[in-house]
Amino acid sequence: MDVLDLSRMQFAVTTVYHFFFVPLTLGLSILVAIMHTLYVRTNDERYKQMTKFWGKLFLINFAMGIVTGIVQEFQFGMNWSEYSRFVGDIFGAPLAVEALMAFFLESTFLGLWIFGWDKLPKKIHLATIWLAAIGANISAFWILVANSFMQNPVGYTVVDGRATMTDFFALITNPNVFLQYPHVVLGGFTTGAFFVLGISAFHLLRHRRQTAENTWLFQRSFNIALVFGLFAILGTMLAGHAQGQNMARYQPMKLAAAEGLWFDEDPAALSMFQIGDERARDSIINIRIPSLLSFLTYDTPNGLVRGINGLNEEYVARFADRYNEEYAERYGLSTIDYVPPAIWLTYWSFRGMVGAGVAMFVLILAGLWFRFRGTILQQAFYLRVMVLAIVLPYVANTTGWLLTEFGRQPWIVFGEMRIEEAVSPNVTVAMLWITLLGFTLVYGVLMAVDLWLLWKYGSAGITPARAEEDLQPEPQPAPVVSY
Amino acid sequence: MQLNELWFILIAVLFIGFFFLEGFDYGVGILLPFISKNDTERRLVINSIGPVWDANEVWLLTAGGAMFAAFPHWYATMFSGFYLPLFLILLGLIVRGVAFEFRSKMEDPRWRRGWDYAIFIGSLLPAILFGVAFANIVRGLAIDANMNYVGSFFDLLNPYSLLGGVVTLALFVLHGALFLELKVDSPIRERVQALLVPSWLAALILTVLFVAFSFVDTPMFANVNVVQGIALTAAVAALLATGFSVFRRRYGLAFIANGLTIVGVVVLLFSSLFPNVMPSSIDPAFSLTVYNASSTPYTLSIMTGIALFFVPLVLLYQGWTYWVFRKRLTLSSHLEY
Repeated sequence: MDVLDLSRMQFAVTTVYHFFFVPLTLGLSILVAIMHTLYVRTNDERYKQMTKFWGKLFLINFAMGIVTGIVQEFQFGMNWSEYSRFVGDIFGAPLAVEALMAFFLESTFLGLWIFGWDKLPKKIHLATIWLAAIGANISAFWILVANSFMQNPVGYTVVDGRATMTDFFALITNPNVFLQYPHVVLGGFTTGAFFVLGISAFHLLRHRRQTAENTWLFQRSFNIALVFGLFAILGTMLAGHAQGQNMARYQPMKLAAAEGLWFDEDPAALSMFQIGDERARDSIINIRIPSLLSFLTYDTPNGLVRGINGLNEEYVARFADRYNEEYAERYGLSTIDYVPPAIWLTYWSFRGMVGAGVAMFVLILAGLWFRFRGTILQQAFYLRVMVLAIVLPYVANTTGWLLTEFGRQPWIVFGEMRIEEAVSPNVTVAMLWITLLGFTLVYGVLMAVDLWLLWKYGSAGITPARAEEDLQPEPQPAPVVSY
Repeated sequence: MQLNELWFILIAVLFIGFFFLEGFDYGVGILLPFISKNDTERRLVINSIGPVWDANEVWLLTAGGAMFAAFPHWYATMFSGFYLPLFLILLGLIVRGVAFEFRSKMEDPRWRRGWDYAIFIGSLLPAILFGVAFANIVRGLAIDANMNYVGSFFDLLNPYSLLGGVVTLALFVLHGALFLELKVDSPIRERVQALLVPSWLAALILTVLFVAFSFVDTPMFANVNVVQGIALTAAVAALLATGFSVFRRRYGLAFIANGLTIVGVVVLLFSSLFPNVMPSSIDPAFSLTVYNASSTPYTLSIMTGIALFFVPLVLLYQGWTYWVFRKRLTLSSHLEY
């Protein structure tokens, strides 16, 4: 493997890994803030217990998101220095604003929330978790502004081989951001909802024959997450659908790859199951529904959807000035083309994402149905499925990003810079092996520890809080410093 | 003043914020194994920075992001050039960050001891390596005509830069010890006090050596400017004042004075560089400067507006955090978590 392959693999490993933790932070921070609000409004100790139970799991996850996030900011310069030079005038700004506006807010107020239970007035303490949650969700906006520039560059002009910003407002109102942001954030809310639903279901299964208030806590959590999850998954799907339509306009190659559509078609059929031949650039087995892709894209049964081969020919001609034989020789390419690698991965990622999304929507609807009939506790099968369904948002989040980033290839900034040009010229294969193995090893160990801790604290039963009037002053044990 | 120069100052300010605040966090992390005798004491030491370490670390992220935004070539050259040192720093910060969170989640003493090592190593590595990195920048690096560092990892480990690493280490340990003196109660407090004089002496000797070495081995004082003179004088005066305050047992003053030493050292390094940001040892013409490494005036002006609004706001609410957690921690404190 050469420097390019290794750099890409390292970016994929560190970024996919980072995004295991981020969505749960986005969603669970809001859910914990809602629970905390219920506690402050009702003064019911049981809500405090609920807040602390989910808060502990939130923090275990949050720590992982934070530390793996530092790598994200550093590795553009470390591994992609030519890219950083090319886009720095544009791409650096949202990263700096993200830190200034969001990371400070998130980290400072989370510190206050964790350690402020007996130091801050109740309402101010409540405000700290909301500010931390808002900070987390603002950070997603800025990083997506940066990412959107790679997908659909706007508000810039190229001067002396560098992209320079001409319109900051255009950058932050990139049409791509306004669909990607709700899709990603609501996907995070959905992740938070399914995390709470799954762990609550686990406890409800265990406790469903008892009548302790413990059951109350998890039933209540389950209900909150159901309602929250309904809005989240609906919004995610709507924004996702709009993104698909947007893709036809701004990133037709990604759409073609995601649909495994090799040739231009009007009306275009939707592929349901395909085995393709990536060398021949055609499908071998393809089960399709006529006209459906045109309909999904344009809301009418007809409409041209561009295929991979047609687009490739067009791009080869359009970018021939810059990406010519000389370029191919310099970067050791046999031919210049614009077909994303591993179409199968993009194609199946798209199906994995949509499939997981639809499954989550159905599970939420079923949950609401059982909730209205008041039979959730009797639905052992449903509850078991919900425990397993914790993986669904993770499948959707990961495949969604694989689709987004694989479908962008071979561009790093669409139409402006190809991936070969972007790597650091002074980083060697040996250095990359050291860091790739190092990150993989440490990340692997930490994942095991993290999952184990989440399991330990997520499955641990809690003694129900007593109502206020039952509380007797307990004999104080020797003072302890807890953390 | 041009925006390029303003942003050079702002980057310096962000690094000052980072070294001042994370400086004592690293110091506390490094001292952890040496000043606490049992689990409760260790917990207390960790909790002295518990509510703030994460927000302190954001200063580094902001400095990195601001470098990327304002001086993309500086960011690209430095981060790709310091590839392996930054990898080590990242590993350190990763294990240290999760250690604060994971440590308490199991009772097993081996588990806790393991995470205590993670905190120690994760504080030690960046405390040294940031000094190594900045000393290398001041000394000049093998940067070619395309602004790429073409030296090797081992070229970065020269005597001068290693001394720079030990200087930041000593300053951060002293900073952490003084911070702990103000934050914790006996018996840890007495142990910390016993460390103050030796760590102050170490910081003083190493800093003086570093300045002397800078004269001999680097172009640092080739063209002395006013800011450099003031920064050097202030750093030395502040370091002497630190020792004086320690002897007089005025620890609050000593903490401030040592903080000023750190500020002075950062200002000294930055003012020695100006107008370069990454001097090339191959050919001065290849050096990155605040002019050839920067973003466009348009981007700089947008970022100026944003920074001038948010940096004071951040200082305000971070300052409030320190006020909320101003009380000294004692072994009988109940720190809710």
